[in-house]
Amino acid sequence: MTALLRAEAITKRFGPTLALDALDLEIGQGEFFALLGGSGSGKSTLLRIIAGFETPDSGRLLLDGTDIAATPPWARPVNMMFQSYALFPHMSVADNVAYGLRRAGAPKAEAASRIATALAMVGLSGFERRRPHELSGGQKQRVALARSLVMRPRLLLLDEPLGALDAGLRERTGFELRALQRETGAAFVMVTHDQEEALALADRVALLDGGRIAQVGPPREIYERPASRFVARFLGAANVLEGRAAQDRFDCPDAGITCAGAIPADTVAIALRPERIRIAAAGEGPNTARGIVQDVAFRGDDSLVLVDLGGGTTLRVAHPEEGGPPPARGAAVTLAWEAADVVPLAS
Amino acid sequence: MTRGRFVRAALAAGLLFLWLPILLLVVYAFSADRIPFQWGGFSLRWFSALAANERLVEAALLSLRIAAGAATLAVLIGGAAGWALARFGPFRGRAVFGALIGAPLVLPEVVTGLSLLLLFVALETATGWPQGRGALTVLFAHATLGAAFVAVVIQARLAETDRSLEEAAMDLGATPFTAFRTVTLPLIAPALTAGWLLAFTLSLDDVVIASFVSGPAGTTLPMALFAMLRLGLTPEVNALGAVIVLGVGAMLAVAALLLRPRRG
Amino acid sequence: MRNRLAVLLPAWAWLLIFVAAPAGILGAIALAEADPGVPPFRLAWSTAGFAMLVADDYYLGAFLTALRVAATTAGLCLAIAYPMAMGIARARPDRRVLLLALLMLPFWTGFLLRVGAWIGLLRDEGWINGLLQGLGITDAPLPMLYTEGAMLVGMVHAYLPFAVLPLFAALLRLDPTLLEAAADLGARPAIAFLTVTLPATAPAAAAAFLLVFIPAAGEFVIPELMGPSEANLVGRVLWQEFFQNRDWPVAAALAVALLVLLLVPIRLFQRLEARP
Repeated sequence: MTALLRAEAITKRFGPTLALDALDLEIGQGEFFALLGGSGSGKSTLLRIIAGFETPDSGRLLLDGTDIAATPPWARPVNMMFQSYALFPHMSVADNVAYGLRRAGAPKAEAASRIATALAMVGLSGFERRRPHELSGGQKQRVALARSLVMRPRLLLLDEPLGALDAGLRERTGFELRALQRETGAAFVMVTHDQEEALALADRVALLDGGRIAQVGPPREIYERPASRFVARFLGAANVLEGRAAQDRFDCPDAGITCAGAIPADTVAIALRPERIRIAAAGEGPNTARGIVQDVAFRGDDSLVLVDLGGGTTLRVAHPEEGGPPPARGAAVTLAWEAADVVPLAS
Repeated sequence: MTRGRFVRAALAAGLLFLWLPILLLVVYAFSADRIPFQWGGFSLRWFSALAANERLVEAALLSLRIAAGAATLAVLIGGAAGWALARFGPFRGRAVFGALIGAPLVLPEVVTGLSLLLLFVALETATGWPQGRGALTVLFAHATLGAAFVAVVIQARLAETDRSLEEAAMDLGATPFTAFRTVTLPLIAPALTAGWLLAFTLSLDDVVIASFVSGPAGTTLPMALFAMLRLGLTPEVNALGAVIVLGVGAMLAVAALLLRPRRG
Repeated sequence: MRNRLAVLLPAWAWLLIFVAAPAGILGAIALAEADPGVPPFRLAWSTAGFAMLVADDYYLGAFLTALRVAATTAGLCLAIAYPMAMGIARARPDRRVLLLALLMLPFWTGFLLRVGAWIGLLRDEGWINGLLQGLGITDAPLPMLYTEGAMLVGMVHAYLPFAVLPLFAALLRLDPTLLEAAADLGARPAIAFLTVTLPATAPAAAAAFLLVFIPAAGEFVIPELMGPSEANLVGRVLWQEFFQNRDWPVAAALAVALLVLLLVPIRLFQRLEARP
């Protein structure tokens, strides 16, 4: 993978708050990259630094090897789709899309054909004369996309691209974004707080926490192999159990359970995904637990079973529909899992 | 519901209280009687008397010129100040800047008038400018007053305008100046017009500040009117009232059309 | 950054010359000594002007009268404006625009003309006396103009619209489900008004009061044209000291004292305005 954009030790403070803390990041050519994190994680600051709306206090930002940290936004080959879409309300759709080409001084004929192509690409041919207030939310989003893509950016930034859309439109728009990204060959960098969106769309995801990258990698990798308690909790509510590592073993004294497997000595906690735990007929020893069913919630494909292990520990267990009816509330159950599904967490 | 009826009645009574004197003033402008507010048959004689009153006509023309100049200056200064306050973030001295631009909003007119007069006197003593006082000093005073109102209007308008519009323009290759010209300016144009009209009206309406900072050659319409009202009421005041009420009505109709809220 | 300076520098220059400098000069002349020259003062560090304000009951009385009249005006405006604001807030949205226009239009018709209209209504040979005598209710003109009542009518008429606006905005912002919740919990409309609406709009009511009180405390024109000659409000006294007595230092001292007096209400008003 050749790096298109490289952030080196980027630090940014706003008064007393440290928004980005010596952050390093590499984004490849034609990659769909997601910056995931909660509010205050620094993901939006990073996006605004890449776009040029903020200047880092220190660090370098290399685009194709050239430091652009001090280049103003209007001189960067980077374009952004804003969360609010930021369509100019006093201009028609065509004028919105033409805006950047006019600034670049593109010849009229070329501009016209590029505008037509961009609008066709997002399926909005025939909407040229409409005003933004005459468009639906989904259409506004497409105009915003066309307005950025018509500039043929090396790197397209998307700030919560699906955030303002209805639930029904999100899935479809997500697939369309991926198709556009393949078609244009540009690198897409998306900011989102929604882990499902990040995992579904991106080739690689960086999870940010407190201005640093907690973990970066392909969606499957960070979902299945979270590196820390924070990542495990952020990505879809895994069970995180505290305890002590011993020889090939991890003891959770509060819950009264022991996990056997390849446990490094620096492990401070383990993660267990709810769908990897099964309700067994009987069992004893490592990688099993006994408890009382506290509550059961039906979710369609499966049921979420809360099992109280005592000692203040509750495990979330996903019981699949094909596994028969879930146990009743109050029932005593035995839980079991494979050693390979125990994810050791070093921090 | 009795309370609903009480509220509606109170609203109607309040609006009647506000409007009755104005409506009667306009109606009796068309009365022939020499005594104001007495009906003596329909007549336009007081309008011709008004037109023939050179002092008043001259004062009105002067006031219009001052108001137009002051409103234009106020839009430039107040617009710049409102923009800075809404968009420049925490710049150095922002709190003092905001306090200074807003001060004329809260200061009593007598204080503003007196302090500006003392400024003009001190300036003339120190630099020889302005030579005496008159229309120009009133214009500067009114521009200062108007700028305070324009700054508030523009700041409010910019606060409700999505900031990322300007960022989007720059992201698409516009320099800050081009972004201002092609995006910000068209969006705040209605607010600038409204601010101009507000500053214009404030200037036309002011008697206290003008009385302080004006000189012998700078009698504005409110100053002339004030002098007349001190001596009593003449039917010419009614005629002037009718002219102004109808004129303002026409102007506001234009402003309402310009300020119609845009959808989206 | 250079662009910003191009915007900020002219604005700063204007504000320093026409707002900050006058305030400084006003303070300096308040401390000057009166002198029969041109201009009629001599710069000094004299507190004689201020000492006179405190020592002479005439000036003290001027401040007290101004505060009393301003408070009465603001109180009357608040009492009249509250139901009016409720009426506008409860109207259908398309009617609201019209009602707000009806409320604010008088402001645009000229302050002095409205005072003139009241003079025409209230004076001895005015419209109201004509009406009363025409209907045979009175047989001699009732003296109404140049009384404290006339002055208050004029001031309430001038400031009423400004009291309605903040109340209207607050009532419009008031979440209607709060009243439904109150009703659901057993509050009859009058109780819901007293326990929910009134407390929620109290800051706006305070702002409306101050919005009238602050300019009314320095009012000059209405007391001069409609009030009794003994209604010596501080604005009127300041005017007389300046234009009739040509005592600039005392006029400046009065202005500074008025400012100091209004500082607390002004700060309070700005706090209320800054609330979300």
